[in-house]
Amino acid sequence: MFRGRDVLSILDFERRDLEKLFRTAVLMERTGKKGRPLLRGKIMATAFFEPSTRTRLSFETAMHRLGGSVIGFSEAEGTSIAKGENLADTIRMLDSYADVIVMRHRLEGAARLAAEVAECPVINGGDGSRHHPTQAMIDLYTVWREFGRVDGLSYAVMGDLRYGRAAASLIYALTIFHPGSVYLVAPPLLRPRKEIMDFLRRSGLEVKEVENPEEIVDRIDVLYVTRIQKERFPDPAEYEKVRGSYRVDPALLEKARRGMIVLHPLPKVDEIDLRVDEMSFARYFRQAAYGVPVRMALLALILGAVRE
Amino acid sequence: MKTEELVVSRIRDGTVIDHISAGQALNVLRILGVRGGEGYTVALIMNVPSKKLGKKDIVKIEGRELKPSEVDRIALIAPDATINTVRDYKVVKKASVRLPDEVRGLLSCTNPNCISVKPREPVLPTFTVISRKPLVLSCKYCGTHISQEEVVSQYTSGG
Repeated sequence: MFRGRDVLSILDFERRDLEKLFRTAVLMERTGKKGRPLLRGKIMATAFFEPSTRTRLSFETAMHRLGGSVIGFSEAEGTSIAKGENLADTIRMLDSYADVIVMRHRLEGAARLAAEVAECPVINGGDGSRHHPTQAMIDLYTVWREFGRVDGLSYAVMGDLRYGRAAASLIYALTIFHPGSVYLVAPPLLRPRKEIMDFLRRSGLEVKEVENPEEIVDRIDVLYVTRIQKERFPDPAEYEKVRGSYRVDPALLEKARRGMIVLHPLPKVDEIDLRVDEMSFARYFRQAAYGVPVRMALLALILGAVRE
Repeated sequence: MKTEELVVSRIRDGTVIDHISAGQALNVLRILGVRGGEGYTVALIMNVPSKKLGKKDIVKIEGRELKPSEVDRIALIAPDATINTVRDYKVVKKASVRLPDEVRGLLSCTNPNCISVKPREPVLPTFTVISRKPLVLSCKYCGTHISQEEVVSQYTSGG
């Protein structure tokens, strides 16, 4: 069930919810740039306390294509937050203006607190290094559109698995399905946090941790690459130690299966060689484009404009 | 015959904390703030045989009764403990501690980036119990795991 619900963690969703979302997103894709005015008269508030390009703009595009309106801010400066207002009061205000709130915040658990304060649904557009549930929805939707399924495929999630919230949410999301093999590829300093590994153990999803992508590139269907989250390192010296420690380039992909796809939540910096953009494996730009129909589907379902 | 009676004499007024998980008696005293200098007569019995637990610890404190918040704290590190309040050599109250599925307001999250540690937000730190033995708690807000050692260190460093 979607109507009226918050979207805080991908783990709040069941498989059938996500499949419903995917089917709805296909319908949204078909409406093209013209969209469909399912949410006329509805207002979405975007509260982005941290920088965002794709998440905020694709949510806004999604709302516009559904005929709704958008209010909000994309940085704390110039708002009452800069004057010292706390998060709860800011959310109370937006709650009284809007029908749904999409937020991003540096602090972990901020979206959960907002959801406790707000009566209208709150969608987490990223909280610190913890969750980015709508990104995981888009990632799995891309896989589902490319392969027709999520189950049975082999995945490698590579990069900053310690601070990356998109990687964490995707790893969590895979526990909702039945993937083939799941490889976590990261240098030792960027391995997943203990609570993620503990969760995987409890969930029963078997994962294999590897350091070098060459070990597994010939046996995977999906290579999910993430950026090193420089801004979340408590110590810049630690960042320097891992900077440039992994890279996807044509030489690595020579060994890949023909149908393998490379995904990335973007922005990418130097972890993917620019030449890969032109190769048949690259799907990250299409994945970013899917952000709009998936978020259209999510908004329409949550605001009750689509029958469940 | 009760095991503890073999070891130390009964107390007149105070508290007997029985069925403490083996090896946790010192931590129980720590989270009660009993450090030895307060002048209480304290008996501490460790690793004695127990039908219920295999092995257990027992703490007896003369002249000290426990507040409900202290009982809740003991539940975190000794989930099977029973608290006997003794007055004039008689047990006047016997209560089992209870570790709920969700622990509210007793601990702070150890993650400095967690919303629940920000003083100006209306948020009550809340943890879900992931495992009871050994204790593992998960912050409801940021998901950070807190171990028993971290629980004890919070009570000893923060008073």
